Amino acid sequence: MRVTFKLFASLQDYLPVEAKRDNALSLDLAEGTTIMAVIERFGLPLKSCKLALVDGVFVPPAERATRVLADGETLAIWPPVAGG
Amino acid sequence: MAWTKKILRVDLTKGTCKSEPLNMEWAQQYLGQRGLATKYFVEEVDPKVDPLSPANKMIMATGPLTGTPASTGGRYSVITKGPLTGAIACSNSGGYFGAELKFAGWDMVVFEGKSAKPVYLSIEDDKVELRDAAHLWGKTTWQTEEIIKKSHQDPQTRVCSIGRAGENGVLFSCIVNDLHRAAGRSGVGAVMGSKNLKAVAVRGTSGTATIKDPKAFMAATVAAKKVLADNAVTGQGLPKYGTQVLMNVINEMGALPTRNAKEVQFEGARNISGEAMHEKRPTDGKANLVTNNACFGCTIACGRISQVDKNHWSVVNNPKYWGASGGLEYEAAWALGAAAGVDDLDALTVANMMCNEDGMDPITFGATIGAAMELYTLGALTKEQIGIEAPFNSAQAVVEMTRMTAEGRGFGKELGLGSKRLTAKYGHPDLSMSVKGQEFPAYDPRGIQGMGLTYATSNRGACHLRSYTVASEVLGIPVKTDPLVTDGKAGLVIAFQDATAVFDSAGICIFTSFAWSLADVQPQLAAACEGDWSMEKLALVGERIWNMERQFNNAAGFTAKDDDLPKRMKTEAAKTGPAKGLVSGIDKMLPEYYKARGWTTGGVPEKETLARLGL
Repeated sequence: MRVTFKLFASLQDYLPVEAKRDNALSLDLAEGTTIMAVIERFGLPLKSCKLALVDGVFVPPAERATRVLADGETLAIWPPVAGG
Repeated sequence: MAWTKKILRVDLTKGTCKSEPLNMEWAQQYLGQRGLATKYFVEEVDPKVDPLSPANKMIMATGPLTGTPASTGGRYSVITKGPLTGAIACSNSGGYFGAELKFAGWDMVVFEGKSAKPVYLSIEDDKVELRDAAHLWGKTTWQTEEIIKKSHQDPQTRVCSIGRAGENGVLFSCIVNDLHRAAGRSGVGAVMGSKNLKAVAVRGTSGTATIKDPKAFMAATVAAKKVLADNAVTGQGLPKYGTQVLMNVINEMGALPTRNAKEVQFEGARNISGEAMHEKRPTDGKANLVTNNACFGCTIACGRISQVDKNHWSVVNNPKYWGASGGLEYEAAWALGAAAGVDDLDALTVANMMCNEDGMDPITFGATIGAAMELYTLGALTKEQIGIEAPFNSAQAVVEMTRMTAEGRGFGKELGLGSKRLTAKYGHPDLSMSVKGQEFPAYDPRGIQGMGLTYATSNRGACHLRSYTVASEVLGIPVKTDPLVTDGKAGLVIAFQDATAVFDSAGICIFTSFAWSLADVQPQLAAACEGDWSMEKLALVGERIWNMERQFNNAAGFTAKDDDLPKRMKTEAAKTGPAKGLVSGIDKMLPEYYKARGWTTGGVPEKETLARLGL
């Protein structure tokens, strides 16, 4: 299945260079892949994964290990950020 | 003490400047800055006053922590009755002006009346005088600051001023200090202009030697600064990416009002985001962002300093915009960008510079451009009326409309009225995305339900800085709540409103609240200020300030009917994203809010509530 994976702010350093311009990468994942599996695959520091959204909807940290991604979904992750 | 215990009263009609003792009984009840100046204002001004008449007053006020070593302790506020809204206006600014006013020995300056000719106020400690400003009238804020500093022969002089927008009565004109910090919202610059007051120049050398317990205060501020430094948001995220990091967050979650809020996601959001500001442009190999920037005493430094490509079409023949200058911050990037459907980062940077240069609130202005573009799309406005083609997505139209409004020419005069008056004039009042006449900022109430209630009940018209529930609903600060539900939002909004009133009255920046709670502010206030400044008292002070502002608005003629959102938010569901199919649940939240506030179903504080708050 294909999932769009987005990393923003300081986490974009974990993207391949060619993906940084869009902050996005198309991933070919095995069925049953969870959010946590993607986080681990890219070696993201857990403390930097403050905000994880799937299709814009917040997924609590406790559910990342069980939340299975589906074909066509977008996973986006941010470090701790704020604005005004 | 922390207060200087002196206020300066400037009668512009008579041309007099007098020192008065600060009412310390009120200071104990309203703290300072927003709260204390509003207390002075409501005691002295008829709520029905015409905001642009000499009978309106305008107060520039510092807080007890302004000018102290407390982190971000450089804030001041401008309190008046706002011409954009007819409601209480309270606009807060950073930079260095507020601290300098404190150093000169003044807690606040009360302006009343109207000068017969343009003047500016010069403050050098106790030496205060009104000076002729004929040579400054017609100048931009940038020119005004430069001329005053040269004439005073003191580069340390701090200046706040209005640009041509404030002179021309643009209803959302700002007061700009330090070139790109602004008391931005509700049209406080137009009030200043109506009084023929061009600027205030201040130089202070008395320092802030008024701390109650200096040793305890230093310990408290050091501890609080460590909290900011250790927090990932205030210690790392804000300094590097600024507020602009939110552009992609809010867009991903489907809460970015786009093209006058017809949509909730903008396909060009990434191009105008904080991440994009860091990237090298293909045209000149340089990034838009030059550096970050801090206001007085700030240990966060979220401000953006940017520079555009000199060959960009918007500046190629205009070298004054080639240098590094303030912006873009998130709200300006959204308003001038997504709200108009424009994703040209350099064009938005230049439009924002123009807003700083001539003193215009980019939130209201950008939202007004979005409304004008929708009127144009509908055929309610034509090229002949506007003077240019003005479809959505046109960066050229944004830049040109900014120029014409700043200069007060042509259709710019109509844009300068704001979206409520503009859309009403051209037969589509429902297309103004405003509450109480003030345009809402960069969070769509359909995708972030708490912000709908925030906008509807904000005492100065739609605003995010009166109750930033985004912190909780999006960012999980202090706890994560669901942005798509209405349950619990009344209590959440009230908690944010009351706490924010305390931050705004203390002299510090609300952005500290991403890391600080009132429990971090309280030890600093308790060590600096005489009297009881317990947590319980601070909570009461915040609630008291909110209710005082509400009473002023009620007396000015506002009713529960004004605590409402634009029709679009209640009838046109979000088309994409997590909020797809949702409208705002304001009608459910508002009664809950009134009840929790201790107000009648008509939005009037109950007698018991007023008695409890000492109002």
